[in-house]
Amino acid sequence: MFAFIVRRIGQAVLVMLVISLVGFSIKNRIGDPVRDVVGERVTPAERAALRQKLGLNDPFLVQYVRFVENALKGDLGLSFFYKKPALKVIISKAPATLELVFVTALILIVVSLPIGVFTAIRPRNWFSRFTMAFSTLGVSIPVFLTAILLIYVFAVTLNWLPSYGRGLTVDIGGWQSGLLTLDGLKHLILPSISLASIMLPLFIRLIRAEMMEILETEYIKFAWAKGLRRSRIWFLHAFKNTLLPVITVFGVQIGIMFAFTILTETVFQWQGMGFMFLEAVERSDTSLLVAYLVVVGVIFVVVNTLVDIIYGLVNPTVRVAGRK
Amino acid sequence: MKKMMIVLLSVLLIAAFGSLAGAKTLKVGLDADPVSLDPHVQLSGGMLQLSHWVFDPLVRWTQKMTFEPRLATKWKRIDDLTMRFYLRKGVKFHSGNPFTAKDVKFTVERLKKSVDFKGLFEPFAGVKIIDDHTVDITTKKPYALLLNMATYIFPMDSKFYSGKDKNGQPKDAIVKIGPSFALNHESGTGPFKVTYREQGVKTVFERFAGYWDKKSPGNVTKMILTPIKEDATRVAALLSGDVDFISPVPPQDFMRIKRDANVNLFTYPGGRIITVQMNEKRRKEFRDVRVRQAIVYAINNAGIVKTIMKGTATVAGQQSPPGYAGHNPACKPRYDLKKARALMKAAGLEKGFTCTMIAPNNRYVNDEKIAQAVVSMLAKINIKVNLKTMPKAQYWDEFDAQVADMQMIGWHSDTEDSGNFSEFLVMCPNKKTGYGQYNSGNYCNPEVDKLTLAAQSETNLKKRAAMLKKIEKILYDDAAFIPFHWQNHSYGARKNLMVKPIINTMNFPYFGDLVIK
Repeated sequence: MFAFIVRRIGQAVLVMLVISLVGFSIKNRIGDPVRDVVGERVTPAERAALRQKLGLNDPFLVQYVRFVENALKGDLGLSFFYKKPALKVIISKAPATLELVFVTALILIVVSLPIGVFTAIRPRNWFSRFTMAFSTLGVSIPVFLTAILLIYVFAVTLNWLPSYGRGLTVDIGGWQSGLLTLDGLKHLILPSISLASIMLPLFIRLIRAEMMEILETEYIKFAWAKGLRRSRIWFLHAFKNTLLPVITVFGVQIGIMFAFTILTETVFQWQGMGFMFLEAVERSDTSLLVAYLVVVGVIFVVVNTLVDIIYGLVNPTVRVAGRK
Repeated sequence: MKKMMIVLLSVLLIAAFGSLAGAKTLKVGLDADPVSLDPHVQLSGGMLQLSHWVFDPLVRWTQKMTFEPRLATKWKRIDDLTMRFYLRKGVKFHSGNPFTAKDVKFTVERLKKSVDFKGLFEPFAGVKIIDDHTVDITTKKPYALLLNMATYIFPMDSKFYSGKDKNGQPKDAIVKIGPSFALNHESGTGPFKVTYREQGVKTVFERFAGYWDKKSPGNVTKMILTPIKEDATRVAALLSGDVDFISPVPPQDFMRIKRDANVNLFTYPGGRIITVQMNEKRRKEFRDVRVRQAIVYAINNAGIVKTIMKGTATVAGQQSPPGYAGHNPACKPRYDLKKARALMKAAGLEKGFTCTMIAPNNRYVNDEKIAQAVVSMLAKINIKVNLKTMPKAQYWDEFDAQVADMQMIGWHSDTEDSGNFSEFLVMCPNKKTGYGQYNSGNYCNPEVDKLTLAAQSETNLKKRAAMLKKIEKILYDDAAFIPFHWQNHSYGARKNLMVKPIINTMNFPYFGDLVIK
């Protein structure tokens, strides 16, 4: 077991090195950060001096080794634009994104479960047919279009909801939360709905398909034969087994949702990590960019390593397979 | 008891409305927010806008392009090298320190240290304090643009910015990347104090109670600036009432804003000229003046302004916009396809040729679309253009490396004077002097160089204007570059905002003087 864990951690370190190396090698392709920091009239000589001072002229390997050394000490460099440690910038932007993803996930669960189950048990109902047709449409509309449509309908025309930003936030030990104020919650509605719109059709269809399949199984037929109550068969016997594959997919999709926040956050001027990332690309804030890639990499690698280790503890065959 | 409650409630209500009537909050949505609170850290439009809100210059431009006394009440030329400024008395900084001649000296010396500003202040020798409220500003040689440059002198509180901060760094240090005292602290004499700032998210300005300009009609007590990068979101924020003022307004949304009953659209002619340079070093065809003229004749820049810019630009035939000393009315925009074809024929290039072109796609208004229009217009005289567009983050390195035969560049004169265009865009490129730094066309005409340099130190303004006009004529005849237009600035605002008096050609809305009805 010990050997398995050591090997797994070794792999994780290797993956981290590869991620940082890839991030580091693309940073020179993004553009010159010095250009964005100085005005257009600054002479090439002054710019060169600044590059030299920032160590951007050093050979690739020297820069990379310096970066890894500092990263091990927890220093991911200084953001060129924010003039603050990159890690600090990323941490300050994380709550916005996490809250957006959390509320979106909530919407997904609350909406997709009942609709998915209903369309499975009443497939011929007009509502089921309508939902199925509509969900095909939902999948094919890009998220930024949904977002702009929502803004024009609910913010500009009807004037019910705010059009951009996070609204009033409350500081809880450094965590800027928009979940605790009415204004903050209002600001969350449109972004979370547009973010949910990409995943919602997928989940409704998934739940429906799983549920229909289970309703055809022998043990459900047996339950009918036994004369059990309808609600007991649907919501206890069938529904429980429907959930297993759905939860697995849900876990994977949450990760993908983080990627979609980049678009949603940009349209809504939502001050989260996705918006920050896109701006960093535009401003060639390369140090922030690399730091972001490393942080996201660390999160994924740590989570996966933990899952693997726990899986190994629970299921010995994984350990055995890893040994050869 | 019930009666008591009603009385109490109405008193509360009246009190609430009363305080509302006194306090005018302005919510502003711009495409970006200032990168720092230190006015000397970057020379850019955004930083100068901030300077006008928080600091205040010695003199500033009016809409008529004359100088308006601000912290300097009057000025007079003492000799060819010296200008004497009489400073306003009784002015206080946000810190409470009084404003004196020492602060002007401190500020000019700091400008000369700033990487971004030192080039502009190169001609300046220094500041001599005559008394507490009189200074002599001297230049190294006679300099015609001394007053123009005084619009860049936003006195900073020398007492406030001296000493060391808690990191042991001098408080007046100008730091490009990394923390500095001036990055997060300010003490100017301007109408607004910065009370809260989260970069890229929100900046809150509150009116400075001790502001010297009691005559200013401005009644904004609080201003909240939020950057909204996405064009569509910015327009939606204005239309939905989430913000009161936006800039810039994307041309495709002009009609929307004009049609809306609650908001107004304002445009103001700007001074940024959009051009494309033809590289004479890379292509021998471009060395032939007839080919360059043919290209200029083939470009329908009036059509571009009408269809692509939706009329929000002024068609140009030269560098200097109307109102500048060097603007030459004789240099009219030219578009004549027949003439263009004839010129190509005369040059023996009837069959045309193939060349490359690069342009940015997020630097100027509709830059990519303009470049695409060039491709189709030049196809009509058989010049096949292979166009590549890219984001500005990558563009300028490619521009400097001169990777293409034709390259787009827009330029706004830092001095609001014609000479600045020529110094950067058309003088012979010279690494040592720095002239022609953005001349990727490699156009080189000794006469233009001579006239531009002579104009710098000519203090007789009439003579000087004649020289600058002559430069424009030479460039026009030589077809040194393809002129397109001067971009207009655009603003959208709620109907109760009196925007008209506070906007100007520099794109520095003077919010200190804004009246909200």
